[in-house]
Amino acid sequence: MTQVLDRPVELKKTPASPAERTARRKALLEWVAIHSLGIAGALFFTLPFVFVFLTSLMSDSQALSRDLIPHTWEWGNYQRVFDTPGFLTWWRNTLVYAGLGTVLTVVSSVPVAYALAKFRFRGRNLSLMLVISMMMLPPQVVIIPMYLFWAKQLGLSGTLWPLIVPMAFGDAFSIFLLRQFLMTIPNEYVDAAKVDGCGDLRTLLKVVVPMAKPGIAAVALFQFFYAWNDYFGPQIYASENQNAWTLSYGLESFKGMHHTDWNLTMAATVLVMAPVILVFFFAQKAFVEGVTLTGVKG
Amino acid sequence: MATITLESKRRSPGLAAKRRKQALRTIAFMSPWLIGFSVFFAYPLISTVYFSFMHYDGFRPPTWSGTKNWTYVFEHYPFFWPALRNTLWLVVVMVSLRVVFGLGVGMLITKIKTGTGVFRTLFYLPYLAPPVAATMAFAFLLNPGTGPVNSILEKVGIPAPGWFNDPTWSKPALTLLALWGIGDLMVIFMAALLDVPQEQYEAAELDGASAWQRFRFVTLPNISPIVMFAVVTGVIQTMQYYTQPLIAGKVASGVIQGAGTQFEPGYPDKSTLTLPQLVYNLGFQRFDYGSACVVALVLFALSMVFTAFLMRRRGGLIQAGD
Repeated sequence: MTQVLDRPVELKKTPASPAERTARRKALLEWVAIHSLGIAGALFFTLPFVFVFLTSLMSDSQALSRDLIPHTWEWGNYQRVFDTPGFLTWWRNTLVYAGLGTVLTVVSSVPVAYALAKFRFRGRNLSLMLVISMMMLPPQVVIIPMYLFWAKQLGLSGTLWPLIVPMAFGDAFSIFLLRQFLMTIPNEYVDAAKVDGCGDLRTLLKVVVPMAKPGIAAVALFQFFYAWNDYFGPQIYASENQNAWTLSYGLESFKGMHHTDWNLTMAATVLVMAPVILVFFFAQKAFVEGVTLTGVKG
Repeated sequence: MATITLESKRRSPGLAAKRRKQALRTIAFMSPWLIGFSVFFAYPLISTVYFSFMHYDGFRPPTWSGTKNWTYVFEHYPFFWPALRNTLWLVVVMVSLRVVFGLGVGMLITKIKTGTGVFRTLFYLPYLAPPVAATMAFAFLLNPGTGPVNSILEKVGIPAPGWFNDPTWSKPALTLLALWGIGDLMVIFMAALLDVPQEQYEAAELDGASAWQRFRFVTLPNISPIVMFAVVTGVIQTMQYYTQPLIAGKVASGVIQGAGTQFEPGYPDKSTLTLPQLVYNLGFQRFDYGSACVVALVLFALSMVFTAFLMRRRGGLIQAGD
């Protein structure tokens, strides 16, 4: 090992001063230490995925053992998950909830964020503070009256509508993130559009929205993930009707249906994780930008 | 300001009309949120206060019960204080470990020079795993019977804990799950670390500062607002901590949703109870909507205290207007 480390120094034609040598060796050691830590970290972060995936391919009997690696690779487990009654319905429900919810959220939040970022009006700071308060509020705080409203007054329990409809009225987190993004667009662009005779709506649609595409993409992604991951909402409104379940809510029932067969439960777990991770790979930049935008900028 | 407004109003009626138009424009653009705020926030919040003083089971009409729900929750409901103690434990241990670990991972990533992108993506991915799926995965990984973690620990000769099946280990297991999903903090700290002026490091190095001194006197003062932000949002997230402890308890206990099953949250031995779970337990399992609203208000008060703290912070969430 030392030999390998020393070689670049020995190969040098002009003899390096002792001080230079120690500095070089120190830098190399640091490189090795940092990358060893990096590899240890990578193992910590990826091994759970690896074990879950390996278990999802085990046979029923092997899943009851303490083996780490499948003897036979049972790809059919995934077919069995898809064949589980309800699974495809849950998949469809999740797409409706996440897709429709995302569209409604973006359409309703953009104008609000624009007003908060670019209009001057009394109560603007108060509105912004209320938006932040709503964003930080656990959904459980208002769930009792909300449930009574949707279930007892409108008779919509057993559906996902109580979760989708509110998204047409602005989502606090999305408004906040978009507002932060729109603050970074110079006012000159808005003013120039006004001078050119654009009305407010035209300015928003023709000038601001095209410039805010990265922010809108981040909001859409977050909202999609939110709906995909939501457990509490479907638990409150959809639990009584299996046909309205989402993947996140239905996933848990695999453990019950298949008793202690971890292999099928883990196959279902992989199928719930996979789409989110795929979406991330296609939209990595927008996503990371969104995380930093809500966190650091201020 | 006021006099100017009055004067201009008097002088040109055109300006007043313009003002009215602008107010209408503001209301039009704000309208989705104005409706959302009233219907999904203000009204239910007032309603929650109202129900907290009523006896209501969802079948018979609500009747006034004074402070009965409040005394029930604080004095007789067996889950309230354990849930509050658990929340305190999570705030002290989980939040601080997450901040320290997030900062450490962020620093590591900024130091890695070979394959940075690959490392960053691998470190970030667990944060994306849907909470239910991630918790199911950890319930499997850590299960004392066939879980890979305990298999490995026993092979190495380390006594394997009961994790989600043992009241003393269930919260550490949840903490492990939370550290696995450190990606959000990692990205935030990474951005903050890259913003630290490089000259300050060079100056410190010239003065002969050690690595620790450079961290203590250059890095930390520069990123302290972000550390603060991470702590406060961590506390707020802990108030909302719901899905992970609930699923972990459910899966470990073996009680699974379905017709006729009722899961008492907190398995094992109330050790995974959190406040949001109490709202569900009281409202949707015990049909005691009044007491559920009491817990909801406690949750509201705690969340608002920390949110106010976040907003008051200098250079906080709200950017100064134009």
